Amino acid sequence: MDERIIGQVRRVNGPVIEATGVTDAMMLELVRVGEVRLVGETIKLSGDSAIIQVYEDTTGIAPGDNIYGSGSPLSVELGPGLIGTIYDGIQRPLEEIRNLSGSFIERGISLPSLNREKKWRFQPAALKSGQEVSPGMVLGTVQETQGVEHRILAPPEAAGTLKSLAGPGDYTVTEPIGAVAAAAGEIPLFLMHRWPIRTPRPIRERLRVSHPLITGQRVIDTLFPVALGGTVAIPGGFGTGKTMTQHAIAKWCDASIIVYIGCGERGNEMTDVLTEFPKLIDPRTGRSLMERTVLIANTSNMPVSAREASIYTGATLAEYFRDQGYHVAVMADSTSRWAEALRELSGRMEEMPAEEGFPAYLPTRIAEFYERAGHVSVLSGQEGSVTIIGAVSPPGGDFSEPVTQHTKRFVRCFWALDRQLANARHYPAISWLDSYSEYLGEVTAWWEREVGPAWTRDRAEIMELLQREVRLQQVVKLVGPDALPDSQRFVLEVCNLFKNAFLQQSAFDDIDRFSSAQKQMKMLSLILTFWRRGAEAIRKGVTLVRLKRLKILQEVIKMKFNLANEDLASFDRLAARLERSLGQLESVYDEEQ
Amino acid sequence: MTKSNKAPPAGFTREEARRRLLAGREYVGVDRIDGPLVFVKNTHPVGYRELVEIVDPRGATRLGIVLDTAADVVVVQVFEGTSGLTMPGTHVRFRGEPQRIGVSERMLGRVFNGLGQPIDGGPAPAGDLEVDVNGRPINPTSREYPRDFIQTGISVIDGMNTLIRGQKLPIFSGNGLPHNELAAQIARQAKIRGTETQFAVVFAAMGVKHDVARFFSSSFEETGVLDNVALFLSLADDPSIERLITPRTALTLAEHLAYNLDMHVLVIMTDMSNYCEALREISTIRGEIPSRKGYPGYLYSDLAELYERSGMLQGYKGSITQMPILTMPNDDISHPIPDLTGYITEGQIVFEREMHGRGLYPPVAGLPSLSRLMKDGIGEGMTREDHPHLASQLFAAYSYVKDVRNLASVIGEEELTPLDHQYLEFGEAFERKFVSQTQSEDRTIEQTLDRGWEVLTMLPAEELHRVTETEIEKFYGK
Ligand SMILES: Nc1ncnc2c1ncn2[C@@H]1O[C@H](COP(=O)(O)OP(=O)(O)OP(=O)(O)O)[C@@H](O)[C@H]1O
Ligand SMILES: [Mg+2]
Repeated sequence: MDERIIGQVRRVNGPVIEATGVTDAMMLELVRVGEVRLVGETIKLSGDSAIIQVYEDTTGIAPGDNIYGSGSPLSVELGPGLIGTIYDGIQRPLEEIRNLSGSFIERGISLPSLNREKKWRFQPAALKSGQEVSPGMVLGTVQETQGVEHRILAPPEAAGTLKSLAGPGDYTVTEPIGAVAAAAGEIPLFLMHRWPIRTPRPIRERLRVSHPLITGQRVIDTLFPVALGGTVAIPGGFGTGKTMTQHAIAKWCDASIIVYIGCGERGNEMTDVLTEFPKLIDPRTGRSLMERTVLIANTSNMPVSAREASIYTGATLAEYFRDQGYHVAVMADSTSRWAEALRELSGRMEEMPAEEGFPAYLPTRIAEFYERAGHVSVLSGQEGSVTIIGAVSPPGGDFSEPVTQHTKRFVRCFWALDRQLANARHYPAISWLDSYSEYLGEVTAWWEREVGPAWTRDRAEIMELLQREVRLQQVVKLVGPDALPDSQRFVLEVCNLFKNAFLQQSAFDDIDRFSSAQKQMKMLSLILTFWRRGAEAIRKGVTLVRLKRLKILQEVIKMKFNLANEDLASFDRLAARLERSLGQLESVYDEEQ
Repeated sequence: MTKSNKAPPAGFTREEARRRLLAGREYVGVDRIDGPLVFVKNTHPVGYRELVEIVDPRGATRLGIVLDTAADVVVVQVFEGTSGLTMPGTHVRFRGEPQRIGVSERMLGRVFNGLGQPIDGGPAPAGDLEVDVNGRPINPTSREYPRDFIQTGISVIDGMNTLIRGQKLPIFSGNGLPHNELAAQIARQAKIRGTETQFAVVFAAMGVKHDVARFFSSSFEETGVLDNVALFLSLADDPSIERLITPRTALTLAEHLAYNLDMHVLVIMTDMSNYCEALREISTIRGEIPSRKGYPGYLYSDLAELYERSGMLQGYKGSITQMPILTMPNDDISHPIPDLTGYITEGQIVFEREMHGRGLYPPVAGLPSLSRLMKDGIGEGMTREDHPHLASQLFAAYSYVKDVRNLASVIGEEELTPLDHQYLEFGEAFERKFVSQTQSEDRTIEQTLDRGWEVLTMLPAEELHRVTETEIEKFYGK
């Protein structure tokens, strides 16, 4: 790398360094500090001084130490080799760092993000020399994993005519595979290119969202669906299930690529993903889940400024796969830790704080991050999407704090985790009263077309029952359940059944952990059959006690564990038997009359 | 760990060379003293977080570290406090390297202050290795996911909030509640079933009273394990600032024992609230912008630096299990100290004053307590096949008990349905027979699970949605 001295350290305050004697530095330039060459970035320039945010522990850095400029902005490497890799917040490969420095991360390690030795089998696209090339165009493909075809894209500066393109063959990411004649001269082509993390990658146009991201989590897909290209926040106090929900989605959702960002969270949770994902099989491709996943781990004990960067690193990787025409889901756990990193850096720079010590630009940054989601037509004309699902960790579980409030302004789907539900071990503890999805209208057509025409009606009916239950519970809290007539107590019963049989979903059960859209619909309609027919029976005089004693209800409660996704016919049989039992109950009653 | 990063990088610059020569140079007089902070002007270039020796007017040496370094002034935090220092009479030496301590197995059985200096009258044990007390972050790819069940002999923990070897599981307590008793009982009884391995205990006391320290040491002594315990004491009457280094010193020894000497180490740190207060003190003096309740915005990251120094590593036999204890100010779990701790640790054991008042020991609140690692350490082959469902069922039923109790307090017990009455009785039995036990009672996991079924049998089988039919057949009413 070309290095030049751009200045000297004047003051060290944690990860923030003030530099003097700065004449020739770029804003957001990647720099290295001191003789240990800690990675940093210039984030402010004024006169001959600069502020540098350092991505590693600054212990030992002293005034007078040199600062070296790299001449380019902090960027990620994009090309084959990303899938299945675990990176830190600034895309350093953690496995390889381990080979160099052992179990503990040493400082000043400089490693390429993509393996330089590995050869990839390149299959060129049908392009001819002299043909026009534009950035984002697909130059060819590499089968990166069994499940992922990596489409090699023309880099941002490659606008011109194709001079040459290599034939099929094995190349490393740094061996040229062709060249483009551009206005600025000849530009070599490689399997990889670089992109600055803080700049969103360009697209052709934004498209309407219309297709749900099927997560396999019933409370999400059926009650609060998210669309491909959508944005979601999952707020919740500690231990309410943010990480578990994100893990479950990362495992079972139907996106083609998952980018999982562990941002200021636990080391063991990343280890969990690393050990579990390779063993799990993607039900759609039959391949290991690790073969569609990229991990970014900047755990809570890793440097706080790299935590700030990790969100952008993740977003850029996601956009890159979107630009290849894929649907990408990004999990960011937790965006609050990222916001806190902003706060800490801002405090050390002695900026004026706004609410709770957060800088005034917090809402802008949150908005910018979620804006990187979307369903788009990419430069090559294909369709792709980035869905962003961000966990929020409000202090004290109080949703009125700034990060939750601002996030709420910029996301369209909100899965509020409820402490009471979590304490009662009702998982996922997503509150059906405080959560919402603005994508409902947009995904309805898909559900009705692909799963069942009654979807909208059924969903509305159960939501209404849940609302009625709240009002009835208020009465019960004052006078006890016995004061209610059977017809109203039956509403409570059905809601209870719905919570137990449908909303609760065990992440640890081999069958229950993931429900297909079809299974969800069948389960919902079964429960509604019980509601409609049962209400009818009560009107006819059947007592609630008799209804509750129906043997078949035990089977309804346990259908989620016992009936697999593939076993749709069993749901129909169960529904028929349920109808029959209810019919018998009514007829016995008719006779008694 | 075994690697020392002491060696200067090859080919260092003139500037660096000069600094190395200057390290150890002594400055006479300081420019400002403010609380535990000392400001020194016009020094040579001093490194961030460098170790500092401060010699007071009476000739005694104290230790400190550099908190902020600039060309014109350096801010030093003095661990032993600044009392007795004078502006002209204080000598300052910058050591040119971060703070290290010598660690060795010989530290077991000994008592130290927060800086790792012996205070039991014995000589300083020779260190096998000099290690930076700040540690380095563990690479997530080198962690081994913890799964080994630790039997503590305490039902509410083993049965419902299982402790796993390598876990960080804090106790959220309140003033006057028996958290020390529980921690000591766990330290005494903890075992991995089917093995003889003993836990080595590293105990860090921050700002607690003498009798708390004495309680722990005599508890270890009675059971004859004192030789396997290293105590780091920074007590209530020691300078508050020393508390900031105490857990780091303790964890540095724990890492040596676990990763270089293959030991299983249990680290007990008490009271984390005092640690956090010391951190707030420094932050306030430095005029930093506070976040909640005056605590600095970096409290989360700072605590994470401590709590994340636990776990298991691939290729290493040893492990570090952490049990931090904190007293919740006003019993408020949403206070920043328990709140941020809960966001970092792998669950929490929460104490409830009301249960304590009713004479229940351990007064562990059923619902807010949680062990996040239990899912992978229980069940067939680890504890017993019915354990996961049983625990989940107990939680669900007990949570309903809480609802019924609330309802009863409004409408009166007489108005409850017969089923709700059954739940109330179950709740009582659960607390008295399952949760409650004595301080010397060491239950096997089978005894714990059997007790769980015993109390569940008070509910009708149709109510038990979280267990399977096979489990009901095998355990219900047996
Ligand atoms: N869907 C689920 N199925 C079973 N258990 C769950 C589920 N969701 C959460 N849990 C339980 O709750 C615990 C805490 O969940 P999780 O780690 O996701 O919380 P969190 O909100 O991410 O907390 P933090 O903010 O502290 O990281 C888990 O360890 C698990 O025991
Ligand atoms: Mg989490």
